[in-house]
Amino acid sequence: MALLQIAEPGMSAAPHERRLAIGIDLGTTHSLAATVKNSVAVCLADEEGRVLVPSVVHYRGDGAIEVGHAAVAAQPVDPRNTIVSVKRFMGRGLADVAHVETMPYVFEETPGMLRLRTVQGSKTPVEISAEILRVLRARAEANLGGELTGAVITVPAYFDDAQRQATKDAARLAGLHVLRLLNEPTAAAVAYGLDNAAEGLYAVYDLGGGTFDLSILKLTRGVFEVLATNGNAALGGDDFDQRLYCWILDRARIAPPSATDTRRLQMKARAVKELLTVSDEAPCQLRLDSGESIDLAVSRAAFFEMTRPLVQKTLAPVRRALRDAGLAPRDIKGVVMVGGSTRMPHVQRAVAEFFGQEPLTNLDPDRVVALGAAMQANALAGNRKAGDHDWLLLDVIPLSLGLETMGGLSEKVIPRNSTLPIARAQEFTTFKDGQTAMAFHVVQGERELVADCRSLARFELRGIPPMTAGAARIRVTFQVDADGLLSVAAREASTGVEANILVKPSYGLTDDEIAGMLRAGIERAGDDLAARALREQQVEAERLLEATARALDADGGLLDAEEHARIAAAMDELRILVAGGETARIATGIIALARASEDFAARRMNRSIRAALAGHKIEEL
Amino acid sequence: MSVTLTERAARHVANFIGKRGKGIGIRLGVKTSGCSGMAYKLEFVDETLADDIVFDSHGVKVVVDQKSLVYLDGTELDYVREGLNEGFRFDNPNAKNQCGCGESFNV
Repeated sequence: MALLQIAEPGMSAAPHERRLAIGIDLGTTHSLAATVKNSVAVCLADEEGRVLVPSVVHYRGDGAIEVGHAAVAAQPVDPRNTIVSVKRFMGRGLADVAHVETMPYVFEETPGMLRLRTVQGSKTPVEISAEILRVLRARAEANLGGELTGAVITVPAYFDDAQRQATKDAARLAGLHVLRLLNEPTAAAVAYGLDNAAEGLYAVYDLGGGTFDLSILKLTRGVFEVLATNGNAALGGDDFDQRLYCWILDRARIAPPSATDTRRLQMKARAVKELLTVSDEAPCQLRLDSGESIDLAVSRAAFFEMTRPLVQKTLAPVRRALRDAGLAPRDIKGVVMVGGSTRMPHVQRAVAEFFGQEPLTNLDPDRVVALGAAMQANALAGNRKAGDHDWLLLDVIPLSLGLETMGGLSEKVIPRNSTLPIARAQEFTTFKDGQTAMAFHVVQGERELVADCRSLARFELRGIPPMTAGAARIRVTFQVDADGLLSVAAREASTGVEANILVKPSYGLTDDEIAGMLRAGIERAGDDLAARALREQQVEAERLLEATARALDADGGLLDAEEHARIAAAMDELRILVAGGETARIATGIIALARASEDFAARRMNRSIRAALAGHKIEEL
Repeated sequence: MSVTLTERAARHVANFIGKRGKGIGIRLGVKTSGCSGMAYKLEFVDETLADDIVFDSHGVKVVVDQKSLVYLDGTELDYVREGLNEGFRFDNPNAKNQCGCGESFNV
């Protein structure tokens, strides 16, 4: 028989209509699920009381699949078939993943997302993640005594469309209905904001296993708004482990270890790191399969020193996010720490020094994201009374979305840091007379030239009725849903012909690309503006040349040979200037050609007026 | 007439009210719906209503409206654990039969 939980006043569900919803933090190192029970968010534990599920999947030779702690045990024995940190592969191609050479896996390069060859066949990161989600779903259903209505799953703020879509696909594969994808820092703010009811500007510093995110959030009267996000998609606790692992290898002076020994050493490095959070020195003793043995002591000071550059690396995105939001460190009322890696004392100290205040650590940094996701899931499933805690979540898009226009320029349709969901439309027109089709190239990034932005998708609109250049009106609508997924539609106004595209997983951005693209956008703003001005003049010159050539074809008879030659010379001159690539000189050439053809244009005008008037009496007009 | 909590249930209710941060007690009730005719209601109480009857059980205020009390008289609310799942269970002497889910009953 079902057991009952206490509902909010007036919110008792009818029998069989209880809406069980959970929040899932699908992490690089650990995953966990939480739910709201008796009006309080709680994490869901297994039979042994463990909340965290290591994000590790072991494909066994006998066809069984182990997930979590059992898979961790298999790591040293069967590294090739034991997948750790699969989140780093979500929505990524092989070229996008760092340190591939140090990983014990057999990768397959396939278009779009990479695959891993295991003893149970070729697996996508989506399938592997789904195994973790399946375990959490089963745990939740056992805990809650019924089938789930849905789940809110968190993703790093910097996940792009491909990575978000991959996460949704994994959930669907695991039989979960995704109520919403939620940015991890936003989820953390939900947990802190509602539990502590604190208003003001906050920074969420999230150093997880594999990713670093910083978000600036504004909390007012229970409304969350993300003012800015920034981060590094390839920086996390794993890198601290890696740094320590390299240091141990270097000190121990041993031969390059086997795959099994490598994995054991990496696990040892992580254990030493965790021990150094609470003690000043940690022993590192290990007997390797190769017969060699390691016996070292690692001091906290040495560990801090070797990983100091990593800690410093986290502060660059912090500065960029503050600059984006137009804020100084002193404007921040509190700093929320998320992710197990923020337990490291020197990380906390660096953050405290930067902001001039102690960061908030009163919620467990490993659980805070899941707890916030559970609260959001509970609200989305309809278990809260309207008006009671009537809160809204506003997220932002991390990189601008735009279209390629003539001359390879990027026209931004949705600027970055716009709040989600959002729809924006812009009108475009044809460049040539009689143009019946238009190609759209959707790009993402801050730079002015398309070549410097990231290509997301291409599609075509066909069936535009032939018109003179500039007469067609094509309305292009960009829509980003609450999960951060983009759809683009183009519609020609007079005929209603339509084309649209849903941006689906293609390649993820390479590891440093997101941070790099943002940095470049700021640092190269001057160059970009100059480049844009040049392209604009070039496009204008080409348009004028085309129009003049067309006029000469049609009405060349109005000119004598000398006049004709003068216009032709001005056209030749302009063509040379366009190729020369100097903005100011092209502008001069455009004016020169316009002058040279002024008289011709006037004569053409008179002639068409005469033609229109010929044979008509004054009264008829 | 009375409705009571087991000591364990009372302890959990007090704990949940503490974590929730507000509330003066717990409301037990029935509403007519469900596969067996009646369904249980279990809610936090922020304010009592005109036709409410309030009992005290192990220091916890138990609130029942007069109409529901007819069907709930003698009921004891327990807190039990079944595997990973835990929650409240109505032990209602008036219920003749229950649907398998235990969420609804008839008298």
